[in-house]
Amino acid sequence: MTMSATLAPSSLAERLARVERRKRVRAMALTLPLLVFLALTFLVPLGALLVRAVENPEVADTLTRTGQALSGWDHKTQPPDAAYQALLADLQAIPETAQAGVLARRLNSEVSGARSLIMSTYRAKLDPQGMSPEQARQRLLELDARWGEAPYWQAIAKNSSRWTPDYLLTSLDLKRDAEGHIVRVGKDEAAFSDILLRTFGISAIVTLVCILIGYPLAYWLSTLSARRANLMMILVLLPFWTSVLVRIAAWIVLLQSNGLVNRFLMFTGLTDAPVPLLFNRLGVVIAMVHILLPFMILPLYSVMKSVPPNFVRAAVSLGSSPLAAFFRIYVPQTYPGVAAGGLLVFITSIGYYVTPALLGGAGDQMLSYYVAQYTNVEINWGMACALGSVLLLTTLALYAVYRKFGKAELSLG
Amino acid sequence: MKLKPLMIALAGVLALPVLAQSQITVVNFGGANGAAQKKAYFEPFEATGTKVVQVEYNGEQAKIKAMVEAKKVTWDVVEVESPDINRGCDEGLFEKLDWSKLAPKGDFQPAAVHECGVGAFVWSTVMAYNADKLKTAPVTWADFWDTKKFPGKRGMRKGPRYNLEFALMADGVAPADVYKVLATKEGADRAFKKMTELKPSIQFWEAGAQPPQFLVAGDVAMTTAYNGRIDAAQREGKNLAITWTGGIYDLDFWVMPKGGANKAAAEKFIAMATSVNEQAEYTKHISYGPTNNKALAKIDPKILAMLPTSPANSKTALQFNIAFWADQGEALEKRFAAWAAQ
Repeated sequence: MTMSATLAPSSLAERLARVERRKRVRAMALTLPLLVFLALTFLVPLGALLVRAVENPEVADTLTRTGQALSGWDHKTQPPDAAYQALLADLQAIPETAQAGVLARRLNSEVSGARSLIMSTYRAKLDPQGMSPEQARQRLLELDARWGEAPYWQAIAKNSSRWTPDYLLTSLDLKRDAEGHIVRVGKDEAAFSDILLRTFGISAIVTLVCILIGYPLAYWLSTLSARRANLMMILVLLPFWTSVLVRIAAWIVLLQSNGLVNRFLMFTGLTDAPVPLLFNRLGVVIAMVHILLPFMILPLYSVMKSVPPNFVRAAVSLGSSPLAAFFRIYVPQTYPGVAAGGLLVFITSIGYYVTPALLGGAGDQMLSYYVAQYTNVEINWGMACALGSVLLLTTLALYAVYRKFGKAELSLG
Repeated sequence: MKLKPLMIALAGVLALPVLAQSQITVVNFGGANGAAQKKAYFEPFEATGTKVVQVEYNGEQAKIKAMVEAKKVTWDVVEVESPDINRGCDEGLFEKLDWSKLAPKGDFQPAAVHECGVGAFVWSTVMAYNADKLKTAPVTWADFWDTKKFPGKRGMRKGPRYNLEFALMADGVAPADVYKVLATKEGADRAFKKMTELKPSIQFWEAGAQPPQFLVAGDVAMTTAYNGRIDAAQREGKNLAITWTGGIYDLDFWVMPKGGANKAAAEKFIAMATSVNEQAEYTKHISYGPTNNKALAKIDPKILAMLPTSPANSKTALQFNIAFWADQGEALEKRFAAWAAQ
């Protein structure tokens, strides 16, 4: 009796723990597909993106000997003759043209002209066998006088290591000079800091306009009866179900010089000549606000629905003016909705690509446009990944600032 | 037992068409151009007994690369753009073309002759305007830049390609020297400076369909455009016109992906699609120029006037320099982005 009494609690606890553990395992097993899915579609690509932004295998893989021969070079005077010989040997050893093409592309993004230089030298198929270093130099210079110019050799020397900060530096309008110091690039090359600022600027304006338009609308929706609110909600969501491209095309029809908007403005005598509404910043902002407005209204609406009306009534009955009661009692209670909607709109608009591409001018393109340019046209994926990483990191930093200083926790309603 | 002979006969009948009729797969970009090729090339070729399966693609060389590397090449003939024939030839994706099976090399435009393929047609980026709205026709690129004489906006492609060449020609550089000048630092500076002059009046376009729309809507006074797009708008009855002076022409090519199963038939197809009568027929359906010069004599003068390869239109034309853009493209694209932000 006494034995069983002392044993029972511990075995009960054990059994309980076992049941709990089994439950936890089962719960884990149920979420496993989601976790695997997330890892495969989100974490792995993100990791690959970050790695690609600093990976630099093209030169290191193919021009190994040349890289070694250049290791003692001062990067200014004539490169050593041994480097010329090593280059011939390295090019000779490249098994497939495709690899030479990759090498040529990599060096060309560093020095314009390296592509044709590498490919023509590769195709000449000079055999370094039995050539002295001086002869190798002679032959290369005969083949193409550009082999006497330092920038090409500097590019090879600089990219002989497997990892490089260059892509990331370029995304910030910085570069390493021949001596390896980090310096700002010239005015003609400095594009990306402007583009990054522009991306955040457009996103901020779009977010602000969405709040200004979305807030009164969501407020009005929250005061309607359930039936009418549902009907109105369908109207808000309707554009959601239309393709973005279709909506952009519709904006082109509306906003062009002799479009509906301009004709109305001229009919009413507000302007004499058509106002340029398209292919500039204004057109981009108008269309983006239209596309992103539901993202603002939905969280606002759900927060406003949960605000009890009694508080405002109490304030008014205690002598506050209705306007003051609204701003001091009601608005602060909707901050979580404003924050959630604002964050949602802001982060979505940072990645916008199609809308600015079709409705903006050359000076209204956002960072994604250049990511696409590097991915599809230049096939310089290192640069595309670096720009993507910069965008990702700045967004995360902004979010961290928001978490630290924002009054409200992020809540989606 | 009784059934067996019947089945053999049936199988024989079923197998017959497959054995008797060979087929090849020809890949192009579809659209109006694909329809023109179907009329001028595919249908007559099918009449010779080989079926043509038409496949559309968007110029993705990655697809050809994947096929060749997997040694499962199902495309026999592919239309590729000029930068891709060089790149693909460099990377060993295409069969070397046996020129003895084609018309003599001398009959072709020099630019159409390539070790991995042959030019399929010539298209051009030109200056276009709405003849209803512009009373005097612009004649040169300097006119395009002259916003006093021709008030209104100018449509230009978003990016440096073509625009820098046009800017230099507007600044007085002869077409033959354009790429020589542009390759130098001073030349590039000069081109961008000229672009800055026009910047307040430029309305950039992204897709080839936009320039004719801009013109018809009256958004711009003049625009750069692909000549085929202007031709298509003209066929719809719009009074758009082209100034051919200093146009930049480029070619698309026929190539055979390496290791295709029907090489002999593919060669026959390419030979036919580059022969005189078929190329002349092709220009009736779309205003792209023939690569076989002998076809020019067979073309109706009215159609000829709309082609980039007609003697009058090609007199001051400039060939798009693939090698130049392969080397300088990335740096100039970046500089263009910086210029646009200023």
